[in-house]
Amino acid sequence: MRLSAGLWRRLDHPWVLGVLGILIVLVVWQLIAASGSVDRLFLPSPAGVLAAGSAQAEAGILLADAIASIGRVLGGYALSMLVSLPLGIAMGSNRIICRLLEPLIGLIRYMPAPAFIPLLIIYFGLGELPKVLLIFIGTLFFNTLMIMDAVKFVPAELLESALTMGGRRLQILTRVVTPFIAPQVLDAYRINMAAAWNLVIVAELVAANEGLGKRISLAQRFLRTDEIFAYLIVIGLIGLAIDLIFRLVLRRTCRWAI
Amino acid sequence: MHLSLTAVCKTFGRGRAAKQVLDTISFEINSGEFVALVGSSGSGKSTVMRLIAGLDRPTSGTILMDGRPITGPGHDRGMVFQKYSLYPWMTAADNVAFGMTLQGLPAREVRERTGYFLEVVGLQDAAGRLPRELSGGMQQRVAIARALAADPKVMLLDEPFGALDLQIRESMQEFLYQLWNRTGLTALLITHDLEEALLMAQRVHIMAPHPGRIVRTVEAELDRGDLGALRVDRRFLEVREDLARCLRGLSQETVTPLPPV
Ligand SMILES: Nc1ncnc2c1ncn2[C@@H]1O[C@H](COP(=O)(O)OP(=O)(O)OP(=O)(O)O)[C@@H](O)[C@H]1O
Ligand SMILES: [Mg+2]
Repeated sequence: MRLSAGLWRRLDHPWVLGVLGILIVLVVWQLIAASGSVDRLFLPSPAGVLAAGSAQAEAGILLADAIASIGRVLGGYALSMLVSLPLGIAMGSNRIICRLLEPLIGLIRYMPAPAFIPLLIIYFGLGELPKVLLIFIGTLFFNTLMIMDAVKFVPAELLESALTMGGRRLQILTRVVTPFIAPQVLDAYRINMAAAWNLVIVAELVAANEGLGKRISLAQRFLRTDEIFAYLIVIGLIGLAIDLIFRLVLRRTCRWAI
Repeated sequence: MHLSLTAVCKTFGRGRAAKQVLDTISFEINSGEFVALVGSSGSGKSTVMRLIAGLDRPTSGTILMDGRPITGPGHDRGMVFQKYSLYPWMTAADNVAFGMTLQGLPAREVRERTGYFLEVVGLQDAAGRLPRELSGGMQQRVAIARALAADPKVMLLDEPFGALDLQIRESMQEFLYQLWNRTGLTALLITHDLEEALLMAQRVHIMAPHPGRIVRTVEAELDRGDLGALRVDRRFLEVREDLARCLRGLSQETVTPLPPV
């Protein structure tokens, strides 16, 4: 009894339990694959997936694909972050702008971004621009609305204090509102990054010369499930890494809010 | 500095939802005076202060500052709120400096004045700390220093010690009174604590609710050499009791006593 309580306490650590969860899945996967009850074509073994992944990596294909996908995400998402910040602040702080745009954005938000792919291809062809734009429009409105909400919850005392110390409207937006919402903005960026990362894969599945999504759709054509698995894991790992980077930036820049 | 309110009325809402909150409020504050506004919750004290600060407009009546009508907020009317309103991402020093940087003062002057006002409130050692690392009383002292540093002609204090516990409150009252005494600032203090008002203010306006109006004004000429002694001074207690009776009479909420068992 006492021993198991001690064990629990040692296991009760964010990293330990997380790694344990992943290990359990890997073991179960290995057991099923080794039992031979599922066709290798449908369920490759962990070792097989690792081999497929390494082969792609050694050929330099994996890196090229990852760079292509990450580049598109960075382009589209940087644009989205850049536009959503002033737009969200404007909507959150100005009733007229908010009333003008909120219904519109509320509507567009419910149009699935991937459904814009055909239009984007018609307008901009098969190059990089439509993919970057897809990520941009697919995340802009989520970011904007979350920033708008954060602005609306800035305590009135903070704004009014600045007013009674001689602050002008623009100063208050840049020097009170923006720093106050910074933690929530970074968090919104982090959460919606997941959508950006999803969208780039979807866009590449539809049409691309390279990229992680493109490689998956090629692997499908040759029934290479091991490669599909390997690429899925890579996609997950890159996403996780980006998530961690956002958390790190938040912790570094907004010490006061943690 | 001369601040005057003449027949100020304030109604929130329109039509059926309209609610008159202030009814013909008139009073003045002259340079160097310490005036208090006392009333029960909901009597419109904060509304009066917000109108003076320019954060809200009166429905009718005039508010003049040195003869000119108030059109909006400005740094000549500093404000201290009951709720802690320091900027949580700024150190105590940056909070104090904030108003001056908004006004575009040169960096050197900002630094000097920040140091000076932190010293005035006795917090020079806490300069580098974040608000959350300060006690409630220290936070309010920073808030007062911040308002002072922005160079106001009149300080508007809206229940600045309302959220503090009794002991800290008494020492903060002492602090504010000494500050006023030393620096010759002009102050309007809002409180629902009669003792607090009488302790510091030479003039106390009593407000009644529904709608908010001034029902009585007392010129409290007391010997304020020793506030601790004043708290238990006979004449002080008499005046306080008299005003407390007046306030009780105004209170519309009466509590029915429990029936005997
Ligand atoms: N923006 C507003 N819209 C509608 N009603 C308001 C508004 N501001 C204040 N009121 C009403 O005006 C009345 C007086 O409010 P006010 O805050 O001035 O009272 P107060 O004397 O400061 O009370 P307290 O001691 O609780 O702070 C209250 O009934 C309040 O509900
Ligand atoms: Mg109030």
